[in-house]
Amino acid sequence: MSPDAGEVVRCEAVAMSFGNVRALAGIDFHVDAGECVGLVGHNGAGKSTLMHILAGTLPPTCGGIAVGGTAQPAYGVAAAHRLGIRCVFQELSLCPNLTVAENARVFHRTLRGFGWRRRAGALILKQLDTIFPDHKIQPGATVSDLSIGRRQMVEVARAFTVTDAPLRLVILDEPTSSLDAHTAGQLLSFVRRFVAGGGSCILISHLLNEILHHCDRVVVLRDGRIVAADQARAFTRDRLVAAMGAEAATARPTRVKVRQAGEIRVLARAEKNDGAKPVTARAGEIIGLAGLAGHGQTKFLLDVFAASEHPADGLKVTAPVALVAGDRQSDGVFPFWSIAENIGIRSLNRLKRGIFLSPEMEAEHAESWRRRIGIRAQDVHANILWLSGGNQQKVLFARALGSDAAIVLMDDPMRGVDVATKLEVYDMIHAEAAKGRTFIWYTTELEELGHCDHVYVFRNGRIVADLHHDELSEEKVIQSSFQEQRPA
Amino acid sequence: MERLLGKPWIWSFAGAAVVFGVTIAFTGGRGAGGMLSATLSLAVFTVIVGVAQMFVITLGPGNVDLSLPANIGLASAIAMKVMAGDDAMVPVGIAAAIAGGVAIGLANYLLIRALRIPPIIATLSASFIIQSIDISYGRGLQIKPPPGFADLTSLQVGGVSVLAVVTLIFTIGAGVVLSRTIYGRSVLAIGQNPRAAWLAGVPVERIRCLTYILAGALGGLNGALLAGYFRGASIDIGNEYLLASIAVVVIGGTSVSGGRANVPGLWGAALFLVFLQVMLNTFGTDAGPRLVLTGLVIIAVIVAAGARRKFGGARRPATDRQALEAADAHSGTS
Repeated sequence: MSPDAGEVVRCEAVAMSFGNVRALAGIDFHVDAGECVGLVGHNGAGKSTLMHILAGTLPPTCGGIAVGGTAQPAYGVAAAHRLGIRCVFQELSLCPNLTVAENARVFHRTLRGFGWRRRAGALILKQLDTIFPDHKIQPGATVSDLSIGRRQMVEVARAFTVTDAPLRLVILDEPTSSLDAHTAGQLLSFVRRFVAGGGSCILISHLLNEILHHCDRVVVLRDGRIVAADQARAFTRDRLVAAMGAEAATARPTRVKVRQAGEIRVLARAEKNDGAKPVTARAGEIIGLAGLAGHGQTKFLLDVFAASEHPADGLKVTAPVALVAGDRQSDGVFPFWSIAENIGIRSLNRLKRGIFLSPEMEAEHAESWRRRIGIRAQDVHANILWLSGGNQQKVLFARALGSDAAIVLMDDPMRGVDVATKLEVYDMIHAEAAKGRTFIWYTTELEELGHCDHVYVFRNGRIVADLHHDELSEEKVIQSSFQEQRPA
Repeated sequence: MERLLGKPWIWSFAGAAVVFGVTIAFTGGRGAGGMLSATLSLAVFTVIVGVAQMFVITLGPGNVDLSLPANIGLASAIAMKVMAGDDAMVPVGIAAAIAGGVAIGLANYLLIRALRIPPIIATLSASFIIQSIDISYGRGLQIKPPPGFADLTSLQVGGVSVLAVVTLIFTIGAGVVLSRTIYGRSVLAIGQNPRAAWLAGVPVERIRCLTYILAGALGGLNGALLAGYFRGASIDIGNEYLLASIAVVVIGGTSVSGGRANVPGLWGAALFLVFLQVMLNTFGTDAGPRLVLTGLVIIAVIVAAGARRKFGGARRPATDRQALEAADAHSGTS
């Protein structure tokens, strides 16, 4: 099919306000059949809001939506599904208490009658096999038992399954944020195959290379408006960043380390003497945990966290610990609370006047971090759910960095955080490390490992490589991640 | 006005006012003053157990203390036996009743924690054990409360129960504990998401233990006061508080799934429940229909309050709902 096969969706003068916060200020946007449109912008620029409107989950304050050239006055989730528009949300939408197959069934009403569970399982499994050939996900597995990366894979695969309704456009809102480089590559090449077959995609990502290399057209959002739109090949990384409105933020050279090794803060010895390497983290060090997603990195962080409360065998932790959650919905955010309360919870001991907590001190503490880390909110007393995903993540950073913890554990914490903020956070991490803080940093983004003094690569819950900053390279990390395929 | 309507507790007070108004209209205004002061005196006991239940329910899905009625029954017996009709022994008797409650709270927690029994089962089975102890301990117990203590529990100044004033101060204190202490914040955090609370450094199990002990202690205190007010202990003196303690929490605007508590609402809801009983008594309703009506009214109020909370106010629908569901679902499975 040629790219001119027609228009899939068009929205005209779409605007959206939440209370007095204006998320979108009148946007014209369209997607043609057989193209992949990249959507970029800073946290809170309005990307997710626009996607919610296209997916039918949010009715716009004003403006119209047309699908396939026909205006849709009563547009909603059901209409979107009927017309073949699917969305993979950044805040994953799977039911955690159901199995993978049951979640697939939720999407497809026609899977009914005897044996629906088996058919739903076969459907989702086939799609998983197509997109992520070596996924190792069982259709009978309960979603809450899957790592966030695997949940994201299921969510993506489910959006591409077809039964009765057509499939024309799939919106991918940061689909690779929890995926390691290998899996993300599988997804992106699948997207290209899908688009080549006449389907359409909208890809939202903060990883600009993904956008530049896999999209046909790029649209840049800033403060609820479209500020640039052009063919992807007309953009360079710098032009994109400039359009997004950041000060010329080029990748800074990774640090040159000249520091004394401090005292040992975390020492983890392998439980069994099976050749696995021990982990050492000293004061002032930034330790990276690498490898494919879901190979034991998060579990290691949780073990360290638990060991800071109750001594454990083979794991010595000698200083207070704070954790920056990556899976913010289940591990981080308190949904009833304000931004200030969400930041303050880890530092309550220092926010007291006499025996009582002081709301003023709490607000001051939050306000200073709001400014330091650039949380986009007028007021720290606003509910945290009013923030976009990336800004919620900044709140979790503020909670940990603002605490008394000498060890900060980070569980792939940059999910949904935009480029400019990432650079600021990197600087903050280096500055804090220079002051003697220890960071243990699990990341699915290979680039971020360049910030680490030392990288441990995980495979199947074991540490298979131990790389110093000087000997670190992408190839080495990837090679050790896959070592199982050849005799070790 | 808009802000006032947004407060979840306003509805329980509105309900109480309506029921009171209907009753007064029925009697043609006679006995309004007496009815008010009697209701206030009785509401005190519901408020005290309500505070206990509120802290427990705020811990999150599944947390509830069903042993409060049995606890109250046993505590009433302990208090009367220790006081033995002697005014000098009143503080000791109250302390003993509270100590009994603390022991029950600790036992509840140990059942939940060590044997990993869901709180609803653990506290219910604990209440059978407590009742058995009460039966053997309080057998043939016919001890009257010390006269000074009995008078104190029903003492009124200008038609206002002194106990009600003290309880009002106590509930204000409970509100302060909830919002302005580390303990209270921890309870609210655990109720929203126990895993996130743990990862934010909240000592989850210690707080849960403290909360069940607190609920037990308040149950014990309530038992002693009830025995004074009703002039003697009885094994079923606390029975009506099984439903009442949960109903006042829910009607008062506390989130049943935890993480959000509402202290003022407890008062509105307790007054509402007692007024309801008074109204049905005034109408001369029989015991059977009275229970049916009470049940129906409670259901109606909860539905009305729930609908208000669901549709009221501007929110960010998609993300808000999703995040809450995710938090709920998660805390439900862990």
